Amino acid sequence: MAKIKKTIKTIKVDADKCNGCRACEVVCSAFHAEPKYSSVNPARSRIQVVVHRLQDIWLPVFAGEYTPAECMGRDKYVIDGKEYDECGFCRAACPSRTMFKDPDSGLPIKCDMCESDPPLSEPKCVEACLNNVLIYQERVEEVEEQTGQAELQTGLEALVDKHGLQKLLDAFALMAERSKDF
Amino acid sequence: MRYAETGYNLEIDLTTGSIERVETDPKQTELHLGGLGTSVKIHWDRVGPEVKAFDAENLLIFSTGLLCGTPAVSANRTLVSFISPQTDILAYPMMGGFWSSELKYAGYDKVIIRGKSPRLVYLWIHNDEVEIRDATHLRGQGAIATQELIREELNEPKAQVAAIGLAGENRVFVASIEQARSSSSRGGGGAVMGDKGLKAIAVRGTKDVNLARGAEFMLHVQDLKKFIKHRNENPIQEVMPILSGIGSPQMMKHIDEKWHTESFAWGNARQRRKDFWTEEVEKSWTKSQTSAIKRFISCFNCPQQCGALICHEGVPPYMMKCFSKLTYAMAAYVDDLDFSWKICKKAFEYGLDSFSTPQILAFAVELHEAGIFTDADFEGCPTDKEGRFFWLLDRVARREGIGDYLADGTYWAAKRIGKGAEAFDHNTTKKHEQMNIKLGMLDPLYFLMFATNEKISITQIEGNWPQAPFVTKEARESFVADWPQLPDEKFKKYFLDWEPRGEFSNPYYPTPEISSEIVDWMEMLHNIDDALGLCAGMGSFCFKPPYHIHNYPKFISSATGMAVDEEALKKIVNRNRNLHRAFNNRRGMSRADEKPPQDHWKHRFPELEEQLLTTYYAFKGWNYDGIPTRPRLHELDLDYVADDLEKRGILKGGEDKKDDQDNQG
Ligand code: SF4
Ligand code: SF4
Ligand code: SF4
Repeated sequence: MAKIKKTIKTIKVDADKCNGCRACEVVCSAFHAEPKYSSVNPARSRIQVVVHRLQDIWLPVFAGEYTPAECMGRDKYVIDGKEYDECGFCRAACPSRTMFKDPDSGLPIKCDMCESDPPLSEPKCVEACLNNVLIYQERVEEVEEQTGQAELQTGLEALVDKHGLQKLLDAFALMAERSKDF
Repeated sequence: MRYAETGYNLEIDLTTGSIERVETDPKQTELHLGGLGTSVKIHWDRVGPEVKAFDAENLLIFSTGLLCGTPAVSANRTLVSFISPQTDILAYPMMGGFWSSELKYAGYDKVIIRGKSPRLVYLWIHNDEVEIRDATHLRGQGAIATQELIREELNEPKAQVAAIGLAGENRVFVASIEQARSSSSRGGGGAVMGDKGLKAIAVRGTKDVNLARGAEFMLHVQDLKKFIKHRNENPIQEVMPILSGIGSPQMMKHIDEKWHTESFAWGNARQRRKDFWTEEVEKSWTKSQTSAIKRFISCFNCPQQCGALICHEGVPPYMMKCFSKLTYAMAAYVDDLDFSWKICKKAFEYGLDSFSTPQILAFAVELHEAGIFTDADFEGCPTDKEGRFFWLLDRVARREGIGDYLADGTYWAAKRIGKGAEAFDHNTTKKHEQMNIKLGMLDPLYFLMFATNEKISITQIEGNWPQAPFVTKEARESFVADWPQLPDEKFKKYFLDWEPRGEFSNPYYPTPEISSEIVDWMEMLHNIDDALGLCAGMGSFCFKPPYHIHNYPKFISSATGMAVDEEALKKIVNRNRNLHRAFNNRRGMSRADEKPPQDHWKHRFPELEEQLLTTYYAFKGWNYDGIPTRPRLHELDLDYVADDLEKRGILKGGEDKKDDQDNQG
C-alpha cells in the first residue's frame, strides 16, 4: 500500500488539573448534534469524565473504537493509591458497558477530533476546557494509505452485531425498495 | 418542541406514592421564565396561607433554572423552595453542583413533592423511570455518605444525589440538603424533606435539552468565556484580592483572610478582632489550608473552582466551598484553622446550615455564661472551645437535651427558653440568623436589603455595587471607567459622588431615592439568576460579572426562541418578585417585620430609616405596609393576585391608590 503523509492529532490529558466541570461533555454533544448545536446531552459526548469525587478521581476519557466482544479479562489500575474503575482507562464502546454508546440507539460513538469543513483550529472540548486539562497537539507522520471504506465497515459491523446480519439485510432491501418510489 | 426547558414536571405525592409526569404550560415560561419564578407561581396557586412548614400540603419543590443543562456557563443552580419552619414564609435556598443539569437531562424542569411518606424513602429518577425506594437502611446516615451509598446501591456512578443527614431527619430548623460540593442550606429545607420522610433524590438523565437557535447561542457562550478568561487574568485592582475576582468568594484558593477575620464579628456575631491576622496566624493557616486541600473543584459547566476536596488527617475526604471555612472557627473563637476542616465534615454529614448553626452554638455558649443555661444543661460538655462546639453540634443534630431548643434556631430557642434569652437573639431578621457583621454607621443600601428582601440572606441580595465607597477619587474614577454591566450611566455618577466621609457619605448618601434604584438593580439581578438557574458568582454576586442585564436577554432569546429584550426581562422578574412578595404578605409579612438585626449598626437613624422604607416601597409600587398595590399588580398582569389580597383584606380596595399617591409625595 502507498505511503501518505498523515496528521496525527493528539489531545494530552493533564488529569491532575481537571475540576470535573463537564464543559467538555457539554460542548462535544452540542457540536455533534443534528443540526449542529441544536441540542445538548452529555451522555452523547465523545469525551466522558469519569468521576469519583471523594476518591479524588476525575478522569476524562475519549471514545475510541467499537468492539463487538469484551476483553477476556478486565484490567483495574491503582495509581497513587487511587483505585480506578474496571476498564477505567479503556476507550472502547464495548458490550460490557454503556459508556460511549448513543443513549437512544445504543450505537457506538467515537471521537472524530471534531472533523469539520473548514477544519477547526482546535477540537471543541479543548477549546471548552478553561483549566488547560486538554492540550491539543498535531504532528505529521507517514502512514499506509487507508480508504474511507474502513470507517463504513466499522459502523456496519456494529450494526450487524447489534441487530444480526439478516435484519440489516432486510432493512437495506426495504430502503432500496423505498428509494425506487422517489 | 420545548427549548431550554423540558416542558415536564414530576409530581410526587409521598402520602399515596403516586408519581406523575405533568406537561407544563409554555405560557408560564413566557410569564415567569422558570426556576424561582415558575416555582413561586406554583406555591401561590397551591399553598394557602394556612399551610405550615410541617403540613403534608407544604410543597417542597426542587427546580432547575431555565438555562440549566444548556451550554450557558455556570447555569447549574438547583432552587429548593418551601414554607420554612424557621421563618414561616417562602424559603428558596439554592445549590450549585451537578443535580439540576442531570434533572434536565432526565427530562424534567422541577420535582414537586407533597405529602408525607409513612417510612423513610428516597426517590430515584432515571429518565422516564421514577421510583420511590425504601431508605430505612439509610436512617441516620450522613448526608455525604448517603450520596455515595445510593450511587453504589443503584450501581450508577453518574447519578447525582441530593440528601439530608440526621439533622434533616430530626427536623432541625436549620437542616440543609447536601449534594456533591454544594448545599441548599438556608431556611431548613432539610427539615421539610425529613418531615416528608424523604432521605434523598437521586437522578440520572441521558436525554437531550434543545436549543432554539443553538448556533447563535454558542456565539454568546463564546463571548462570555472570552470575558471570563479576561476577567480571571485581570482581577479588579481597586478592591482587595478576595473581592477582585469572579465566582463565589474564592476562599478555598485565597489563604489571606485578613478581611473576613478582622471585619466580621466572632462568637455569636459579637466581637471584631481588628488585630487577628498576624504573621504567625498567616503562617499556620497557610500550612493548614495547603495541606488540607487536595484539589479545587467546580460546579457543572463552570471554569471557576470555588470548591475543594478536603483531605485533612483523620477526617474522611469531603468537599467544601466558600465561607464555611470560617463560620465555625469564628463563632467558637478558635484560632486554629485545622478545627474548621474537622467540624465542617461533621456538620455537613449531619446536614446543617453553616451560616446559622455556628451562631446558634455560640448563642448557647453565651446563655451558659449568663447562667440561663445551667451547668446541668451542659453536663458532659468538654470545657475547651473546640470540644464544646463538637458537643453542642451533636446535641443540635440529635435534638438531645438543650439541643432540642437550639435546633429551632436562635429566635425560637430564645422564645422557648425565656429567662432573658431573647436578648441574646440579636442577629436575626425575620427569625433568621444573619451574617456575622457589626458595623458603625448605618448604610442605607444595606438597611434596605436586610430589611426588605424576600431572601433574608444578604449574600444573595447584594452584589454588583461595592460594599463601601472608595477612599480616593482616582480609585473611583478608574473603577467606573470600565463598567459595561451597569443598567444605566447615571449609576457611575452615584458611585463617583459617594465618599467615605462628609456630606456625600452614609447614612444620607446615597439618598433614599438613589438607594432604592441601586438596591432594585441588585435585587433584579438576583431574581434573574434565580429564574435562569445561574450561579450568582457569575452574575448578581460579584463586581463586574460575566452576566449582566445587557447580555441575559441574548441567552434567553437564543435558547428559548422567545423574544425577550431588556425591558421584557425586567418586567418578567418584576412580576416574579411582586408575586413572591404577595405570597409572603398573604402569610402575614408586612412593614412591621422589615427590620435589620437590631445591633447591626451602632449609629441608627429611626426617621431616616422610615423614610428609606417608604421611599423604597413607593419605588417598587408597594403601599405603606409593603404590599404591592393594585395598579402595580395590574401592570404586571397580576390582577388575580390583587383580587386575592383584597378578598383577604390585605389590600383594601380604593385605599391603596391613596397610599400610593402619599408615597409618591
Ligand atoms: S475532540 Fe471533538 S469529538 Fe472528540 S471528544 Fe473532543 S469535542 Fe468530542
Ligand atoms: S472541561 Fe476540562 S476541567 Fe472540565 S471536566 Fe472537562 S477536562 Fe475536566
Ligand atoms: S462560580 Fe463557583 S459556585 Fe459558581 S458555578 Fe462556578 S464553581 Fe460553582
